Amino acid sequence: MTELWEGYIWPGAIIIAQILAIVLPILVAVAYLTYAERKVIGAMQLRRGPNVVGPFGLLQPLADGAKLFLKETVIPTGASRAVFVLAPMLTFILALIGWAVIPFNEGWVLADINVGVLYLFAVSSLGVYGIIMAGWGSNSKYAFLGGMRSSAQMVSYEVSIGLIIISVLLTAGTLNLSAIVEAQREGLWYFIPHFPMFILFFISALAETNRHPFDLPEAEAELVSGYNVEYSSMTFALFFLGEYANMILMSGMVTILFLGGWLAPFEVAPFTWVPGVVWFALKVALCLFVFIWARAAFPRYRYDQLMRLGWKVFLPFSGIWVVLTAGFLLFTDQLPK
Amino acid sequence: MGFIDRTARSFLLLEMLQGMALSFKYMFKPRVTINYPMEKGPLSPRFRGEHALRRYPNGEERCIACKLCEAICPALAITIEAEPREDNSRRTSRYDIDMTKCIYCGLCQEACPVDAIVEGPNFEFSAETREELLYNKDKLLANGDRWEPELAARIELDAPYR
Repeated sequence: MTELWEGYIWPGAIIIAQILAIVLPILVAVAYLTYAERKVIGAMQLRRGPNVVGPFGLLQPLADGAKLFLKETVIPTGASRAVFVLAPMLTFILALIGWAVIPFNEGWVLADINVGVLYLFAVSSLGVYGIIMAGWGSNSKYAFLGGMRSSAQMVSYEVSIGLIIISVLLTAGTLNLSAIVEAQREGLWYFIPHFPMFILFFISALAETNRHPFDLPEAEAELVSGYNVEYSSMTFALFFLGEYANMILMSGMVTILFLGGWLAPFEVAPFTWVPGVVWFALKVALCLFVFIWARAAFPRYRYDQLMRLGWKVFLPFSGIWVVLTAGFLLFTDQLPK
Repeated sequence: MGFIDRTARSFLLLEMLQGMALSFKYMFKPRVTINYPMEKGPLSPRFRGEHALRRYPNGEERCIACKLCEAICPALAITIEAEPREDNSRRTSRYDIDMTKCIYCGLCQEACPVDAIVEGPNFEFSAETREELLYNKDKLLANGDRWEPELAARIELDAPYR
């Protein structure tokens, strides 16, 4: 009996508590990211944004959530029921499980696995299934076109993201995310030596999360709303939450790979007093602000321009950068052993 | 040279950064949105809102049932019936405006020889049923009593230009 308790139940309870401690703040962050997005874009367009529900409109995300909860879930007659219902769940789950390997602070990580980068990469690649299932299962032409566009787009940009990550891995010499952050402690944060890759990675992250200016899958003007056009109520909310959780996850990746994760910008007194998790959150918030900023600033790309950018600019450029990085490290004998 | 210039510009994302700088600058500009129910924009004295039938200061209604407004109304929204009152003065027995037909062109107030029918400054008279928007004489006279100070001020302000 004690073996059962000590071997399974306690560790299980601890893991579940840890998962909740990660998931709940993320869901709150997602809710307030939608609020921040509306406020920031409103400000950039000289509007006010939500300001009626609660002080400064701070309760608006809760009101929106309650509204989506109470609405009816409409399942179209022609839709393939199982696929149609599974797709939003898959998107949402995949957006959340990526957080398992993200280190929030020194040692604050649920699964400190040695292939953290590969895991994240695999999870974000699987995200395309949720969207293509939604597009296919809805049995609607707009949803189908949106799903097709989205899958093509995500697959193309993953290739260049992979190559960009390789240059970072060459410099850090590890696939463990905590170790990548630690490797940036001694030297420069990687956004300085790998500056072009930092920009490329950020733009690819915009494309990967289907954000402006690469939001072709949901191009309202042409596709009504793309792959989620047939969804309503909580099924829609899950897509929405998944998309925003993915944005935060991608910002977390940018932070860890290029912006030094939980490290303070200077290793001197006032900066080191602030806990690492605060630095992590601040850096993620900065990335998210740029996500939103890009949405306010740029018009949408055309589909062929998007593909040209992905395959004819990003892919060769990041490939050349991998070769340059590897050559430089080999010549100066800095290659991590 | 032109090719190098163009390539360098596109690789350094110059135009993109300019665009982002512009939207960042706009973030700190004052908002142009009015907080509508709490604050309202300025209205010209010529603003054409909800109709009202006015009275003379002694309480006598101005309308003399000449039916010029009914004749000029392009949307046929006004219906008037008239008969002599006990004191033999010519007055309307019925004055209806269908606010759902009205196009708020203001021709009725321009046609009126005694400034009886006017369009006031009120634009917040939405209703939940159609019947509420079929105004009769009582409603229009009540409007006139309610808005008289504003209506008189507006007519005075606009008088130099008439």
